[in-house]
This record gives sequence, structure tokens and C-alpha cells, in this order.
Amino acid sequence: MKEEHKKSIREISPIDVYKLLPRTNCAECGEANCMAFATRVVNGEAVIEGCPPILTKKYEKDLSKLQELLAPPVRAVHFGSGDHQLTIGGKHVLYRHEFTYQNPPPIAIDISDDMENEQIAARIKKVQDFAYTYIGRPLSLDALAVRSVTQSPDRYAEVIQQICGLCNLPLILCSTDPAIIQAGLSVCAERKPLIFAITKENWKEMGELVLDTGCPVVVSAPGDLSLLRTLVRTLQEWGIEDMVLDPGTFHSDRIGQTIHLFTALRKAAVKNFDALSGYPILGTPISVWNGQELSDDLNRWQEAYLTSMLITRYADLLIMHSLEGWALLPQLIWRFGIYTDPRKPVSVDAGVRTFGNPDKTSPVLITSNYALTFFTVESDIKAAKIDCHLIVIDTGGLSVEAAVAGRYLTASKIAESLKEWKADTLVSHKYLIIPGLAARLSGETEDETGWRVLVGPRDSSGIGQMIRERWPPVEE
Amino acid sequence: MSDQEKPDISSIIRLLGPGLAELLSGRQIELENVELELGELELWIPVGGISPSIYPAPVPGGAGQLAPPVKRLPRPDELLSEKFLMEPDVFSSKVREITLGATRADGGTRGSTVTVGGSTSIPFTHPQSPPPHPPVISLDVFDTRVPMPKALKSHLTEVIDDPAAWAKMNVEQFGADMVTVHLLSTDPLIQNKSPRDASKTVEEVLQAVDVPLIIGGCGDPKKDAETFTEIAAMAEGERLLLNSVTSDMADAKTLEPVCKAADNHGHCLLGFTGLDLNSAKELNRRIYQYFPPERLLMDLTTVALGYGLEYSFSIHERARMAALMGDKELQHPTISACTNAWSAREAWMDLGPAFGKNDLRGPLWETIGGLTLLLAGVDLFLMMHPLAVSTLRDVAGKLMHPAEINLGMADWAALKI
Repeated sequence: MKEEHKKSIREISPIDVYKLLPRTNCAECGEANCMAFATRVVNGEAVIEGCPPILTKKYEKDLSKLQELLAPPVRAVHFGSGDHQLTIGGKHVLYRHEFTYQNPPPIAIDISDDMENEQIAARIKKVQDFAYTYIGRPLSLDALAVRSVTQSPDRYAEVIQQICGLCNLPLILCSTDPAIIQAGLSVCAERKPLIFAITKENWKEMGELVLDTGCPVVVSAPGDLSLLRTLVRTLQEWGIEDMVLDPGTFHSDRIGQTIHLFTALRKAAVKNFDALSGYPILGTPISVWNGQELSDDLNRWQEAYLTSMLITRYADLLIMHSLEGWALLPQLIWRFGIYTDPRKPVSVDAGVRTFGNPDKTSPVLITSNYALTFFTVESDIKAAKIDCHLIVIDTGGLSVEAAVAGRYLTASKIAESLKEWKADTLVSHKYLIIPGLAARLSGETEDETGWRVLVGPRDSSGIGQMIRERWPPVEE
Repeated sequence: MSDQEKPDISSIIRLLGPGLAELLSGRQIELENVELELGELELWIPVGGISPSIYPAPVPGGAGQLAPPVKRLPRPDELLSEKFLMEPDVFSSKVREITLGATRADGGTRGSTVTVGGSTSIPFTHPQSPPPHPPVISLDVFDTRVPMPKALKSHLTEVIDDPAAWAKMNVEQFGADMVTVHLLSTDPLIQNKSPRDASKTVEEVLQAVDVPLIIGGCGDPKKDAETFTEIAAMAEGERLLLNSVTSDMADAKTLEPVCKAADNHGHCLLGFTGLDLNSAKELNRRIYQYFPPERLLMDLTTVALGYGLEYSFSIHERARMAALMGDKELQHPTISACTNAWSAREAWMDLGPAFGKNDLRGPLWETIGGLTLLLAGVDLFLMMHPLAVSTLRDVAGKLMHPAEINLGMADWAALKI
């Protein structure tokens, strides 16, 4: 299956890109010269279209060569329309440490046509309202997967119509019956839904619908990657380009099969450059609801951990049934985390940060220089709208708890930092607020620094309340 | 205890008593009403090599009057047959295999031992290359009261001040393969208990349970060295895992004595470093001067989901890949302190009705952290919540030896839920 292939993103050097750029060093891209721009492009920090001259007619050929050179081995597929369009796939690598993962997998929640209309409306509202702010970033759900349970094309079209009247969320139309999909498309094709699915039984009829509407389509062959490649090859020959692969999401005692299937497909695409495997992968943790009769919460529990495993192992799009916050929140946070730049430093610079407009009577707090600790504390202080000084101590990039345990954050380290950052010039008082997780350092810190220590909350979300209730401190 | 005897999820749920059982059966819903608002923060995320805008925008238009935007070629008459072949990756090297605990025959008193490591490939990537051993799960015991979320404390009330009874419960009720005794009371800044007191606690636990033990210190490089040295001698031949030795010990000149004590009395060591492979390799080189690499494990640091789990994930993937490709300094089994999941506010805080059921959110947080690092190749997990423990064990077994594919199981599109 290994073919002569183009270079992977890891093998492309800035020179490869530079050679195809105008090489005029015009600096219109904002970089000093073309080589600097080329370096940013191969590092994933700039896009080739950020070079204005290359978009002109003169460089048309070079642009298309560059696009080919930089194209990911897993095709990027789009569904939904306008501002709500979603991009899935577009993956370059197997391992996150090789190159930042692109295009976090959207999470679609299912609606079935056997639900009452009120129930459907309530479910849509829940999907739209679901939101959590994580270190200042809004996290939310992305799409709806509409399933035909009644097997009635009329009912299916009616439900799609209702959904389109209520929201702009991108849709996945789910049925293997072409008559159902056709009914659905008749009311929403202009929204460019993703069609689920082409199978070995329906490929001729479903393929016609795909070609008629230009909608992207899921190719489904659970547990059979040879069949999956067979279908993809056939559809490619027919002119269908925007495909998504469904290798089947097996659960419970077959969960190992699922991880093997997903990994094999992704490896074939990015390591062997197999053009028949180079499409986004659909994960359907909703499958767990097909298992043995368990309580709803046990199904949610299984669906939740399976989803997180598929986020880790190569799913580019996910369909879930659970709408419970406890099951969804870890997915949204894990998806955010694993799609961040792996080169993002673990630590931030030590030093003094000021929030609001602090004066000589404002509180002084300390924290560690572990990036996630700092971001969390920073966003909590901003949310609480406190004027204060925050001294970020070099704890070797460890969180407060780990730094205290490992002796990276000690009373003498605190004393040293207060001196280094001239805390005595920031304020006219001598009260220091230390994190609750460093409470055991308070006695020693008072001895070493001469400052009075106030022990803050164990979680920085409590900083606002603490300042409101205990600042300024009252002398005993 | 064989796998058949290990409690499954449903018996764990029964053990946890009516509270969790009712939650899981959907009879009782607990709603909290606390809003958490955070401010603005921009994280820089790279955009990739080509702009998504180069792809054609979708063509609007109704289904009836759509111009075909795709180039329509003649339909093949039949499916064009293709095969999918995927060989397992073959690596030149493997991770060291280490047995923890020793039975009477081997000079200890344990009823069973565990073996970790031995991996020859990235786990769960190919059905023909399952890891040689299932992950080992060690449940935590603390010798002093530590602040703990309600979800963890609730089933511990009767044993919280008795490490031996706590250890016994971990093994007998929750199926722990090992027990970790955290000797936090030795912390000079807390109770500053003597190494002899700590050793006595370990002795009690050794008598209460017959699984292998992990001995956790307080983090002070001098005090831990004293404590470990004392315990190493007391538990001669037990093949304990001393958790942990650090580069701070090298700086405090205590690394050599603690390594030698562990070696002389036949124990294993855990080298701890903070999310940095170069530090891990450097510490290992220092340890090799005094201690055989064949008995050294690594803790590369586990951070909670939401607090940088991705750093832990990537460092474990990198370490394992490097080890398999031949980096001898990284060919050590790895452990994850999964319990750290509970330091994430999302694991224990009331976040309002939309995120209800902390009772499940917390254990799920620990479970997901564990499963993520299991996929990255971690061999040994330090855990606390029984539901997380049973799920990790259950899933790991099914990852290693999945049942044959059953096509109907992946059906969901027309499913009545």
C-alpha cells in the first residue's frame, strides 16, 4: 500500500517553500523576508495565502505547487454553510509532538425523528446553550446528527424542517436508506449537510444523491477496512471527493477493535500516504446505547470515556447522545488541550503582573509559573475584577501543589522572589497572600520575609471572595 | 487475585452504597446552583500550512435545482475491490521489564507480585502486538489526613486514620494490585514524624495486606532519603517501589545513600522529574551510578485534565517512542499519579445544574486521565476512586484482548434510544 509520496509536513524544509515563493523580500506578509515567511509556514505559524503577491495571476502555478506541497495527507472536508461551516480532518501527523493537531473534532448531538417536536426543540436549545468558559475560552457543542428511527421519509423531512427553523447548527443526516436521505436533502441541501452514509448495499443510489447535491458523505464499513478502501476507490472513480470514513465504533468488550481500526486508518494515511485512507474519521460513541440494557447513567459513563479515547486516537468528528454536562465537559476540555500547540511552553516568565489599577494599598499575591496555573489564576483575578499585584515565582514550571511537595516553592524561594521583584516598592503594607495549596509554608515564610502571610483559597476561583471578605486585613 | 475474581463495575457500584448506585441508575439527580465565570485569555494556536479558504465554499441552492458542483464521472458498474493491509510496527528495542514485590520464595513476604514494562510497541495500535502485561493499579493510602473532595472521602470514613485498614480495604474491596503508602506525616513542615515512625506504619501495612507496596515520601530530599533508608532496611527483600528519588536529592547529596540502601536491600526506585525528558534522562544517568537500571521506573509527572494533561500525554508518547527506537535512558516502565485529576476544579467543584452530578464528574475526570495515559503507554497507575479504578482495569483488559467484531454493535443510525 506504500506509494511514492509527497513529503510529510515534518520533512518539508523552509527552503522547499522558499523556492516557490516570489523571493522578492517585499515584506508585505509582515516578515522581514521570504525565508522568514517560509519558516513560519513550515512551522504552522502562517498560511501560504498570507503572502499577498503569490495570490496574483503571475504566481498562479507556484501557488498551486505550494498548496500541493503543504496539503495534509488527510483531506480537510467541510460541512454546514456560511458562518456555521465546520472543517474536519486536514491532519498531518500521527503524534501530537510531531506537529500541532489541526481542526479539533466537532461534537454532534443526535436528534431522532421519533422524538416529540417539543422534545426536539428542548434538545436543540440545550445544545445551543451548552457553554463552559475554560481559562477564558468559551467551549461549546458544534452540530446535530438527525437520525431516522421511524423510517418515514415524510416524518424525517418534517423534523429537518423544524430543526432548520430553530437553529443554524450544521447537520449530519443519518440513515442508510436513500429515500430518507433524499427527503432530508429536499429541505436542507443548501445547508450542505454531511450525509451518513454510503454502504456497500446502497452506494449506487446514495452516490447519486451525493453527486446531485455536492454534499460531503460518510462512507461506512464497520469493522472492514478492506471494504472501506473498496468503497472509497469506487466513489473516487465516480468523481466523489468529499468523504468521511466510518470504520465502526465498537464498544464494551470490542473497544480494542475500535482503537485498532482508527489507528490503522490514520497510520495508513499519514505514514504510508494511502490516498484511499486519507479522509477524516467519524467516531460514533453513540453506539454504546446499542449495548446491553444498562442504566442511562452507565451508558453515559461508557459514552464519555469512549469519546475521550477517540479524541485521543484520531476521530475527526464525533456523534454523541448524552447531553449531560458531566459527560460532555471533559470532552470539550480534552479536545481543547490535545489540539493546542505542543511547543507551547509549560511555564511562563517569572515576574510581577498587575491587574486593574493597583495602588500602594492593593493586595500582593503569589503563584507558580506553571503555564496552566498562571492562566487559571489570571483569568480568575480578571473575572473577579480585583486590583492587585501578582508575583509569579519561578517554580521550575511546576504547579503550586507539585512545587511545594518537590521543594521548588519554599519560604526562602518566596523571600528571594519578593526581593528580586522589589515587592516592598509595590505596596506600603506587608501582607502577602499565598495560595491555599502552599499553606504549610506560611510560618516559615513569615520568618524568612518579615511579611505577614494570609493564606488564600486552595482554588483560585475563591480569590474574589477572599479579597472582598478579608481585604484590607484587620490587625489583631 | 485472578482477573475473574476482580470486582466488576456493577459490584463496585453496589459497594459504593446507595448514593452512587442511585445516581447511576438515574433515580436521583442532585442539582447545584453555582456560576463560575472566568475572564478573557487568548492562547496562541498556530493555524497550519494552508488556509482553509482555499477550499471552495459550499454552493447554496435548493435540492431540486442544484447544479452538480462535483465533476460527475461514469459510475463504475461494480465495486472496485481493494485490500487493507497493516503490519504492526516493529521497533528495535523494548522497555525493561520489572517485577515489583517479592514472595517468600524470592526473599519477601508478599502473596503476589506484579510485573510492569516489557513493551515492544506503542500500545493498542495493532491486534497482533498487545502489551505484555496489563496495567498495574495501585490505590493510595495516606498516613495523615489530607484535604480530599467529598467524592473520595465518602467511602473512606472508617479507615481514614488507619493506614493498615485502609490498605486492606483497597485490596479486598476495590481489587488493588498494589498499595501506595504516602508518608506525608514525615514532612518537616507538617508533623515531622521520624523515619522510625514511618517505618512502623509501613510494617503495619505489610502485615495487613500481601500485595506489593509503593512507599511515597513527603518531597523533602533530605527527609525522604532518611525515611527511605530506614524503610529499605526494615523491609529487606520485599522489593518495594520507593517513590521517589529526584534531582533535588542529587543536589542535597542524598541520592547516593538512598540508591545504595535501596539496592542493598533489594528494592526498586522511581525517578521523578517534572515534564521534561532531558531532566528525566539526566536524573536516570545519575541514578545509574549507584543503582541498577533493571530496577528503575520513571514518573514523568501527571497533571490533571484541564491543567495540562496534554503535556503529560505528549511527554509519555515521546518517551515511549524514543525508548522503542533505542534510547536506553528512557527504557524504563512509567507510572502515572492519576489521583492528581482531583486537583482540577472541574473534578470536584459545583459548576451549576448544567454540569450536575459531581459524583460522576470527579471519577470520570480520574478515569479519562488514566485512559489517556494508558494509550500513551503508561504501565502503572496510582489511583483513588473505585469507579475510576474498575473502569481503567475493565477497559485495559478489553483493549488488550478485544472480542471478535460483531457488526450489529456499531449500528446506531436507526436505533431507538
